[in-house]
Amino acid sequence: MAQSTHNEKVKPITGTGVGPELIRLDGVSAGYDHHMVLEDVSFHIHEDQFTGIVGPSGAGKTSLLRLLLKTLKPAIGTVWQAPDLRVAYVPQLETVNWNFPITVFECVLMSRKSTRLRPRATAAEKKSVSEVLDRLGIGNLAHRHIRELSGGQQQRMFLARALLRQPQLLLLDEPTSGVDISTRHDIMHLLADLHEDGMAIVLTTHDLNGIATHLPHLVCVNGGMVGEGTPLEVMTSEVLERTYGAKMDVLEHLGVRLVVDQGPGNSEVKS
Amino acid sequence: MTTLLEPFAYAFFQKGLVVAGLSGALLGLIGVFIVLRGMSYMGHGLSHSIFGGFAAMQLFAAKFYALGAGLWGILSALAITAVSKRSRVGADAAIGVITLASFALGVALFAKFGTSGPSFENALFGSILGITTGQIIGLIAVSIVTLLFVFLRYRALLFSSFDPDVADVSGVNVGRIEAALMVVLSLAILATLTVIGVTLVAAMLVIPAVIARMLTNSFSRMLAYSTGIGFFCGVAGMYASYFADVPSGTMIVLVGASIFVLVLSLTGPAGLRRSAGLDSH
Repeated sequence: MAQSTHNEKVKPITGTGVGPELIRLDGVSAGYDHHMVLEDVSFHIHEDQFTGIVGPSGAGKTSLLRLLLKTLKPAIGTVWQAPDLRVAYVPQLETVNWNFPITVFECVLMSRKSTRLRPRATAAEKKSVSEVLDRLGIGNLAHRHIRELSGGQQQRMFLARALLRQPQLLLLDEPTSGVDISTRHDIMHLLADLHEDGMAIVLTTHDLNGIATHLPHLVCVNGGMVGEGTPLEVMTSEVLERTYGAKMDVLEHLGVRLVVDQGPGNSEVKS
Repeated sequence: MTTLLEPFAYAFFQKGLVVAGLSGALLGLIGVFIVLRGMSYMGHGLSHSIFGGFAAMQLFAAKFYALGAGLWGILSALAITAVSKRSRVGADAAIGVITLASFALGVALFAKFGTSGPSFENALFGSILGITTGQIIGLIAVSIVTLLFVFLRYRALLFSSFDPDVADVSGVNVGRIEAALMVVLSLAILATLTVIGVTLVAAMLVIPAVIARMLTNSFSRMLAYSTGIGFFCGVAGMYASYFADVPSGTMIVLVGASIFVLVLSLTGPAGLRRSAGLDSH
């Protein structure tokens, strides 16, 4: 996979979501300590899907990912996963302990399959790590400490760790949070390429104009599902206001929806 | 020269040296996981908790004190994990309540009834005297169990220490690994208790691991360095305690602290940066 150049536009991502079902949530409510974070959520993830989960802070985006990962158990409803589904997860960079003594190579290698009878990494597994690092353009950083990487490189490292598991479904929590625009483009190009190669992708994002509007499928959450569909279907003033609890205007530029916050300075913008 | 070699002529010192070196290495190895998981206070609490079991068993069934104190420690560790996970009480508060209550019970039992076994002071600060063959065998057995645990569950231990959420979805049973680590930690504390002492065991769980962290950015090298540093502290501390005529645990910890200061002065801000935040997550 070639590393994209910084001046490229975000690649158009398509995905019909009509392939076989990978995960299905039916009437799911879930939360922590008897406090429900999400209520009555139903949606499906298909093989050919690239979905963005959007919503304000505390809306339940990460909890929804955790439900898909089955690390959060539903209090009500069911979560069905296709048998033997290979899922990989890329956490938020902010949640990582960057002081942990670990090199890029060690970090990616920990994702290998291991058994009690074969605790040491094999030469083939080490080779796979080198290959996936090269594929993501960070092979030369393999023996650096994880904190010595830039934000984009750190994201690539966690993608490499996820890819080592050869997942059918890749879940990412805020993959572009805290990175600059060119890095955001790089990451989105990478994800688009992986999706083209046949991987289903679900990510959470706060970035409506930079990310969400370019995705083929969006889920809007705020304590439950507020809307689901293409950006043209859900990026409307009405759905966004219900999602974020704030007035927003929606413009259209070259067929792409753009959201403008109706702050004091933007009160005259019409949708 | 003869004076320097004098302690080696004594069998009790030779035994002490082996036990101290092995204890230091064992605590250094397991200390890496304790420090990186931000569980230093757990180590501190558990050693105090085990003291309660140690004292109670001295009183009721001195022959089985190791078994009783070990079970006591394991139950305390599991109780702390359960209380802090299933209630609003934080892990630090749960450790404070459970382990120090256990320690207070131990002190009360020692004060009221006295014992025929190791003295109160020896249990607190460690002693070279009275190390039995049974204790040496126990220490070797715990060291082998710990080594096997770290070797066979290396990936699971590393993954769950670094990134428990992702480990959970990558085939690692994080809860089981945490419980197993608690059991191994309890056994390690128990096996090293007599030579290093209840109050000083926690220091040897932390000091070699922190020094190793200052020296390397690699996890596998940190494990090796910490084990080696722990071994050196044990041997050098035991040797020094003979001449200083003070409890062995005190000199082992002081040697560790001296190496810490030395490494800190050599690595400077880079070393401090590496060790910063080790306990803050």
